Amino acid sequence: MADAAAHDGHDHKPYHGWVRWVYSTNHKDIGTLYLIFAIMAGIIGGALSVAIRMELQEPGIQIFSGLAQMVYGLNGDAAIDGGKSMYNAFATAHALIMIFFMVMPALIGGFANWMVPIMIGAPDMAFPRMNNISFWLLPPAFILLLTSMFMPSAPGAYGVGGGWTLYPPLSTSGQPGPAMDLAILSIHIAGASSILGAINFITTIFNMRAPGMTLHKMPLFAWSVLVTAFLLLLSLPVLAGGITMLLTDRNFGTTFFAPDGGGDPLLFQHLFWFFGHPEVYILILPGFGIISHIVSTFSRKPVFGYLGMAYAMVAIGAVGFIVWAHHMYTTGLSLDTQRYFVFATMVIAVPTGVKIFSWIATMWGGSISFKPPMLWALGFIFLFTIGGVTGVQLANAGLDRSLHDTYFVIAHFHYVLSLGAVFAIFAGWYYWFPKMTGYMYSPVIANTHFWVMFVGVNLIFFPQHFLGLAGMPRRTIDYPDAFAGWNMVSSYGSYIAAVGVAIFLYGVFEAFQKKRIAGANPWGEGATTLEWQLPSPPPFHQWEQLPKIK
Amino acid sequence: MSTGTPGKTAGKNSNRVVAAVCLAFFTGMIGMAYAAVPLYKMFCQATGYGGTTQRAEKQYAGRVLDREITVRFDANIAGVPWEFQPVQRSMTMKIGETVQAHYKATNKFDQPVTGRATFNVQPELAGPYFNKVECFCFTDTSLKPGETLDMPVLFYVDPDIVNVPELKDVKTITLSYTMFPVEKNKPVASSEPTKGNGKTVSDTENLGG
Repeated sequence: MADAAAHDGHDHKPYHGWVRWVYSTNHKDIGTLYLIFAIMAGIIGGALSVAIRMELQEPGIQIFSGLAQMVYGLNGDAAIDGGKSMYNAFATAHALIMIFFMVMPALIGGFANWMVPIMIGAPDMAFPRMNNISFWLLPPAFILLLTSMFMPSAPGAYGVGGGWTLYPPLSTSGQPGPAMDLAILSIHIAGASSILGAINFITTIFNMRAPGMTLHKMPLFAWSVLVTAFLLLLSLPVLAGGITMLLTDRNFGTTFFAPDGGGDPLLFQHLFWFFGHPEVYILILPGFGIISHIVSTFSRKPVFGYLGMAYAMVAIGAVGFIVWAHHMYTTGLSLDTQRYFVFATMVIAVPTGVKIFSWIATMWGGSISFKPPMLWALGFIFLFTIGGVTGVQLANAGLDRSLHDTYFVIAHFHYVLSLGAVFAIFAGWYYWFPKMTGYMYSPVIANTHFWVMFVGVNLIFFPQHFLGLAGMPRRTIDYPDAFAGWNMVSSYGSYIAAVGVAIFLYGVFEAFQKKRIAGANPWGEGATTLEWQLPSPPPFHQWEQLPKIK
Repeated sequence: MSTGTPGKTAGKNSNRVVAAVCLAFFTGMIGMAYAAVPLYKMFCQATGYGGTTQRAEKQYAGRVLDREITVRFDANIAGVPWEFQPVQRSMTMKIGETVQAHYKATNKFDQPVTGRATFNVQPELAGPYFNKVECFCFTDTSLKPGETLDMPVLFYVDPDIVNVPELKDVKTITLSYTMFPVEKNKPVASSEPTKGNGKTVSDTENLGG
């Protein structure tokens, strides 16, 4: 191939036009592609959630029967039934999109691709072409998932409506149409993309660190990505196996999860959550890494307890694999099994506490400047801690018995993911945006974005604690009038958050329009990691002279 | 964690080694996911998890307690054109006593049909203490058109059940059967969607009794 030959010829100029992006083997270009992809997926996933909140703003069915009429061409009672399943399909698609096509591409594909090679003093990733295929697997996977929303599933219904957990028998005999098959294929492809990415990161971090950059000197973001890559490598194959069994149960007459053939639907829940629980740490660990850098930069202090921070992430990752059945307290586990899972789950609060307190200790006595990335990081610490506290509550089997599948659970995992992982993404965005683009955004717009978003997401999710405690179940389109008040507040919150997203997009546009030159290191002496020693944006190939690590 | 060698000495080979190890690990984990299927089955069989009843080797429990327990009987059909019912709705017996219960099945179809029953008990945790000595569910049942068959179950409740904290106050156990068609005699007229049929059922026996 001509382009391969050109690359071997040490032509260090990027290609022009679309070839540069489609054929790219450059970790920074691929990282940029990932970030753009994540923003687009995030807008679609966010729009789905706003539609859900519009529906739930008042009791009764407001918008979904009309939507079903418009999109699927259903009428009368069929439109009402189709609207109900459409609501479920929206909730399912919102979850899958946000997990597989927004948070993971942004944190792992985007920021990690951009920054890990630079931070460890490597010229690029270990397998640049594999990096390319990792990215380009995602758009087809995403298109498959979006297509599934328009395909028939159960009779009279369209789109996968079983929740992102895909429990059988609803996902096997319950939805015979092609929607589920497309969604399964989509997850397979997205999973393959993540596995290739994970292998690439592990190899890069093990083999390509600059001289003197030992693992124990490596920046915490690189540590967090290393742990995340291992979690992906361990957990994703189990999901792949589980959904392959779903696929063969659906199409080829196997009975892995069908009791009439000696199978057990509960087995899927075990397989799924053996993946699913590490998955939530995959979503949050890179965020931990980003927050460590930002807190240290804007406190002008090295991070407190570096080794403790690194090994806390290793511990969270390891313990994350032995707590899966805390998602299954209501499936008839024996009391002793429940006791074990309660205990193991609560143990995770210890390394997580180490991280929270180390961030606070980093700030303690530091010279703190409240620049936009720091605001987002502080917001992250505050909101993630709230989500962590409700997590400890839900870890108790006795309490979970009554809160299982209520809005309390929704509030909990949105506090750690929507307000945790997403705040970490925005923190990373405002931290590295000047480095990646060379331009400085308007701090006024960035601060406005933060405050609008902070108010918005808290208005959405804090009232859901009350709704859950009052017993409002999740995954329903309608609810008794008694829940109307807080649902209305929650819906208004989601509109405010949507305005926040618009401000974010305007801020990006404004930064590129005004072209304020950021300089190599806009954050001052607190920013000590290697990326700040390069110009902004970094050269197409960095570290031709390997950096010296003290 | 210590396999990392600093940049300059690490060549392409070393990268391939790490990638190959990762790939092997990935394949191994896929294998583990599939290995989970027989392992889970063995686990259920050994522990009675999920209401899996036990297939007893001996005819009687070692002892009979002076405490009574009620067993309720339930029957369901899934895709077989049969009438399938317990003869008695419930029985009360001493814990440890071996008793016989009867089910009755009639083929309502104009062709011979072979069925096999799956089973479990509620509460699920009673599974390991529910011992079947003899059961029609151990084998396939074939019925000619219009034929009625009496199907006995011989069982006892293990006296150890009173030592389980979750079960010490349990006064009733429900034994439930669901009759499925065996593939080769798939009833064409069945109104069931094709999903419920067309499955292989050869593994049922392995689940204990």
